[in-house]
Amino acid sequence: MKLVRIKAIAKKEFIQIWRDPLSLAMAFLMPVMLLFIFGYAITLDVNNLKTVIHDLDRSSLSRELIAGISASGYFKIVDYVTDQKDLDRYLDSGKALAAIAIPADFSESMARGRDVQLQVIVDGSDSNTATIGLGYISAAVEKFSRKVSRGKGQQLIDPRIRVWYNPELKSRVFIIPGLIAVIMAVIAALLTSLTIAREWERGTMEQLIATPIKAHELILGKLLPYFTIGFIDIILSVLLALFLFNVPLKGNIFLLMILSGIFLFGGLSLGILISTVAKSQLVASQISMVVTFLPAFLLSGFMYAISNMPAALQFITHIIPARYFVTILKGIFLKGSTLNLLITETVLLAIFGLIVFGMANMKFKKRIA
Amino acid sequence: MSPGTLAVKVRGLSKLFGDFTAVDAIDLSIKKGEIFGFLGPNGAGKSTTIKMLCGLLLPTSGNGTVNGLDIMKESEEIKKKIGYMSQKFSLYDDLSVEQNIDFFSGIYGVSQTKKIERKEWALDMAGLLDRRKTVTRDLPGGFKQRLALGCAILHAPPLVFLDEPTSGVDPISRRNFWNLINEMSKAGTTVFVTTHYMDEADYCNRLALIYRGRVIAEGTPNDLKQKYMTSYVLEIETDRVVEAMETLNRSGIETAIFGSLLHATVDNMEKAMPRIREVLGEAGIRTERVERIVPSLEDVFVSLIEAA
Repeated sequence: MKLVRIKAIAKKEFIQIWRDPLSLAMAFLMPVMLLFIFGYAITLDVNNLKTVIHDLDRSSLSRELIAGISASGYFKIVDYVTDQKDLDRYLDSGKALAAIAIPADFSESMARGRDVQLQVIVDGSDSNTATIGLGYISAAVEKFSRKVSRGKGQQLIDPRIRVWYNPELKSRVFIIPGLIAVIMAVIAALLTSLTIAREWERGTMEQLIATPIKAHELILGKLLPYFTIGFIDIILSVLLALFLFNVPLKGNIFLLMILSGIFLFGGLSLGILISTVAKSQLVASQISMVVTFLPAFLLSGFMYAISNMPAALQFITHIIPARYFVTILKGIFLKGSTLNLLITETVLLAIFGLIVFGMANMKFKKRIA
Repeated sequence: MSPGTLAVKVRGLSKLFGDFTAVDAIDLSIKKGEIFGFLGPNGAGKSTTIKMLCGLLLPTSGNGTVNGLDIMKESEEIKKKIGYMSQKFSLYDDLSVEQNIDFFSGIYGVSQTKKIERKEWALDMAGLLDRRKTVTRDLPGGFKQRLALGCAILHAPPLVFLDEPTSGVDPISRRNFWNLINEMSKAGTTVFVTTHYMDEADYCNRLALIYRGRVIAEGTPNDLKQKYMTSYVLEIETDRVVEAMETLNRSGIETAIFGSLLHATVDNMEKAMPRIREVLGEAGIRTERVERIVPSLEDVFVSLIEAA
C-alpha cells in the first residue's frame, strides 16, 4: 500500500467534487433537505383532528365536557349537529374524522351518579390517526369525569402514567434521530455509487488501470473525501436536530460521532461496491437507492417496530446496517446510552463495513473484460 | 536474439470475444529502443493487442513477455514499467493541466526529488509551460494529446505503448508528435505505436501490418517495400480519374485512386503499359502519362490487404 497513491486519488476526487456544482449540492444540500422534508412531514402526533359534536343534552355540563375536549388542542370542532344523519354525513364525506354524541340524559345521569355512555365515532380508514384520536378523547373524558365527581367523594381509579425518554410523547423527538440514520444510509451509498462508474463512463478508468495502482489504494483514496463529506453531513444533521427540531441530546456527542464514522465506512463502501459492479452511473444510483432507501425506511425499526414484523422479515432486518444505526442514534439522543449498551450494534456495523469493503476490493478488476 | 534485448516477445497471442476472433495467434518481437509501428485498418485488432500487452485484457491464449515479465501472470508488475496512452483521451477533463500531471505523478509513485523536475519536463514537452493552470477541457486537441503522452511517461518507463496517438489531430500536430516519439526513441525508450495512417509508417524502425487479427507482413519499411512488392506499380495521369479506374478494374487491372492520380498494380510491366493506354483509349479517356514508380508503403499495404 502506497500512501502517495491514496493521497493522489483523494486529492483528485476532492478537486472534482469541488468543481462540480451538482456533486456539491448532492453532498451537502440533499441530506439537509431530506431532513427538513421528512422531519416536518412525518409526524405521528394528531393535531386539530376535525370533530363534529351531536349534543342531545344541551346542558351546562355537556357544554363543559365539549369545552374540555376542545381546549386540549388536539381537536377542532367543525360543527354542532342536531340530527344523527348529519353526523353520519360528516364522517362519510370525510369533513370530520371524529364524532362525539352526548346522550339526552347526560347531565341527569351524571348528577345521580349513574353510568353514562358517551358515543365516540372515529374514522378508522386512517387507523393510526383513529387510534391516537381515541386515546386523546378517552383522556379528555376521563379528566372531565374526575373533575366532576371529585366533589361527590366517589373513589376513582387514578392511573399515573409516566412516559420515559420522550415525556411529552412528541413523535418528532422520537423520529428525528432515526431519520438521520435513514438519510445517512441513503446519502452514503449514493455519494460513492457514482465515483467508479463515472470513471468507466468517461474512459478515465482505462488510463488508471494501466498504472500500477492497487484496488485497495483506489478504493481508500475514493472513500477518504466522501468520508469527510459524510461526516460534515452528520454534523449538519445533528445541529439541525438539536436546534431546529429541539431534540434533546442526552448522551455523549463524541460517542455519537465515532459510531457515525463506523456506520459511514460501511455505507460508503457499499456505494463503492455497487459502483464497481454497475459500471454505469445511472444503474449505480438506482441500485443504491433501492438497496438503501427502502430497507432503511421500512425495516430498520425507524418507522415500524421490528418486534411486530413477521419472523422472516425480522430475520432480514439483521443484515440492514441502518437498523443498528437507528438503535445507536435513538439510544444516544434519547436515552443517553453509553458504549457498553451499544456494543453489539457497533461491532455488527464494523463487521458489515469490513465485509463490504473487502467485497468491493475483490470485485474491482484492473481489466477491461 | 536473446530475450534480454527484446522489450516485447509474444507467441501465438489470441483474443476471442465470444465467437469473434479479434486477435488470431500473432507473434511479435520488439527490440529495445526501436520504434515499432503496428499498422492496420480500423477493427483489425491493433487496440486489442496493445491492451493485452499492457495487462488491460487477459489473452485467451498465447504466451510471452513484456520487459521480461510474463504477460499472463505478471501484468501488475508490467504496469510499473510501461507507459500507456489509450486511443480515447483519458485524462481528467475537469482538472487543470498541472493537477493532471500531479495526479499521475502520485499514481506512478514518482519520488519527491524528481517530481518537480518531471513536471516541468512534461509541461515543456507538451508546450504548456505557460498554460499549467488551464482546465484540460479547454485545451486544443494537439495539446491534449501531448499532455496525455507526458502524463503516461512521468515515471520514465523504458517501454511506451501509444494507441492511435495521432488520430483526430491536425497534420502539424501529428508531425510534432512524431518528433516527440523520435526524441523518446533516441533517449533509449522503446515505442510501440499503432496507427491507421499509412503515411506515418515511414517514421518507424520496424513495422507489422495487422489485418483481421493476423499479422500479414513484418519488417523495416524498406524490407516491406522490396520483399512484398514483387509486382510493379504504375502511375497513371488522366483527366477522368474515377471513370478510368472503373474502366480499368472492369478489364481486370487493379487500380486505386491516389489523389488526382491512379496507381495500378501489375505483374508484367511490358504488357500492362500498352494495355492500359489501349483500354482507356477505347473508352474515350485521354491518358496523359503512364510510368513506373517506386511503391509507397501504402501501395504495399493495399496490395497485401487485397491478397489477404
